[in-house]
Amino acid sequence: MADVSSATHGDLRLTRITKSYGDFTAVNDLSLTIPEGSFFALLGPSGCGKTTTLRMIAGLEEPTVGSIHLGTTDITTKRPYQRPINTVFQNYALFPHLTIFENIAFGLRRRGLKDVTADVNKVLELVELPHLAQRKPTQLSGGQQQRIALARAIVNRPALLLLDEPLGALDLKLRRQMQIELKWIQREVGLTFVHVTHDQEEAMTMADTIAVMNEGEIEQMGSPADLYDNPGTAFVANFLGQSNLIKGRIEGTDGDNLVVDLFGQKISMPKNRSHAVDSSIYAGIRPEKFRISLLGTPTRGNVLTGGRIEDVSYIGVSTQYQVTMPWGQEVMVFEQNDDGVPPFDKGDEVVISWEPIFTFALRGDDDVEAGLEVNPEDPDEE
Amino acid sequence: MNKQKDATIPTIPFNALVSRWFGRNLIRIYAVLGFTYLFIPVLYTFAFSFNDSGKSNLVWKGFTLDNWRNPCGAPEVCTALGNSIKIGLLATIFSTILGTMIAFAIGRYAFKGRSSSNLLIFLPMATPEIVLGASLLSLFLVFHINPGFWPTVIAHVMFCISFVVVTVKARIASLDPRLEQAAMDLYANEFATFRRVTLPLVAPGIAGAALLAFSLSFDDFIITNFNSGTLKTFPEFVYTSAARGIPAQANVIGSAMFILALFIVIAGQFVGRRVKVSK
Repeated sequence: MADVSSATHGDLRLTRITKSYGDFTAVNDLSLTIPEGSFFALLGPSGCGKTTTLRMIAGLEEPTVGSIHLGTTDITTKRPYQRPINTVFQNYALFPHLTIFENIAFGLRRRGLKDVTADVNKVLELVELPHLAQRKPTQLSGGQQQRIALARAIVNRPALLLLDEPLGALDLKLRRQMQIELKWIQREVGLTFVHVTHDQEEAMTMADTIAVMNEGEIEQMGSPADLYDNPGTAFVANFLGQSNLIKGRIEGTDGDNLVVDLFGQKISMPKNRSHAVDSSIYAGIRPEKFRISLLGTPTRGNVLTGGRIEDVSYIGVSTQYQVTMPWGQEVMVFEQNDDGVPPFDKGDEVVISWEPIFTFALRGDDDVEAGLEVNPEDPDEE
Repeated sequence: MNKQKDATIPTIPFNALVSRWFGRNLIRIYAVLGFTYLFIPVLYTFAFSFNDSGKSNLVWKGFTLDNWRNPCGAPEVCTALGNSIKIGLLATIFSTILGTMIAFAIGRYAFKGRSSSNLLIFLPMATPEIVLGASLLSLFLVFHINPGFWPTVIAHVMFCISFVVVTVKARIASLDPRLEQAAMDLYANEFATFRRVTLPLVAPGIAGAALLAFSLSFDDFIITNFNSGTLKTFPEFVYTSAARGIPAQANVIGSAMFILALFIVIAGQFVGRRVKVSK
């Protein structure tokens, strides 16, 4: 057995990776650095190439061109068992003929370790399932199998732990709980986690850094807050939460701000939140950043007048309004139910306003529908 | 809660009760009839193994345990049985090894001619045994090989392979490829992956294929009869003795084989259940 233990570690670097299957390009010229010790998420819809990327890191696929380095070691063409990398598979892939203990001990034994009991028991304690050591995988619930799959990978203390949609098979409540636990375990063991998911909430809950992938390329990379508050493309704006994207034109500058014309109404926004290349833009505002008020009441910040409430949905924590603007576009507004003001009614003439710093600007030639058509709930990938 | 009892409980008409009884029990009645049909010949064989028969075992002449006490009592019966077991074991070993390898090749790897190999494997199963037997004999004679023990083994290996391939391939097809990927991911090289994960998971299929191969070989008469020459297997022994009356010892061996097979099936079920429970 090859010695793959702790010799190699460090940042993971993908350099200009392309993976093609015949005419189909699953991953297109992707470069990426994942810092050691981070919790990194590859987020994207089905077929965006995130699982292919993960499988190339694991060694289950070889890139058509490009290289993969772990620290200073080139691992591009190394076999899976020659890499200090372990994977938590989608649907877990626990060995059905082995006990939980032997499942977890599998990697240690293959590396020639004789006394595995202490390590296995320690990791069983970590995932809080020490009493299940002698069971078979099929006797366990989905949530328990998920933890054993995690234990089986981290017991090897790999330089890199890959998680392929690890929570996809769990129900919502369990998924939430496991999100928090995974994050805790990652801090506890201090390993680099690379997590592949189509679930934006899951990625945002757990990851330090998210790379949003679309059609084999990385659309944008950053912290969850960066991506949400200042998305660089319509795809990111739509895939992570909801966005109102309003066609506009940059009219000029005012200090650190841009002056933008939205269908004849002037607003302002910080210069550094514009991803536009020329004066044609889409101004983006998240629905919860909007405030809504009746015509004639005082407002602050950017203001758009002439709205008319089309639809009201009371959600509990918030009320969601659909407002038709004078130019015919419908915008979404989420209002917290925290001010004791009774909700507005359908047909009310309203003004919407927001703080200029919440505005972001996308290129005017971006596809405002991008990221809307995809079905992020489909767990079958590639 | 207010529960009011009706003064009278409406009764269900007799006709409806009868049809309800039939509705519930029809499947059982059908099953009993079906099994009766299947097992009467077996029971007959079993019962006549206790017949104090003398020369011919056609008429019931009284109960005895002598046949069971001395199964080799009739001339040649145990020589024939020994031949059948030897041929069966050899055919099983060779056909299981070769068939499993073919099954892995066809089930796991893409190569030129894979689908035609797949088709050709079915051919011996579809060919009439009488044709196979006759062709094999002429093939052996062309190569100046005299009929006998080894030609019979070779013939049996040939027709058992197809069944082994089909059985093992089904098991391989149901194997999740991610399990092997997981093994490789956990530092198992190709050989360790095969030994620790693939083989144990396919093993029940291989065991089933081996049992099937043995019973096919043990049972075979037509192909054997062409290729065995002067050697006599158990089915051949039974066939030739039919003319002058099959000795009760044949019934004893037949019944013993049946009980052994039943025991293996029940044991297999028991092991299977234990695996199921752990599911």
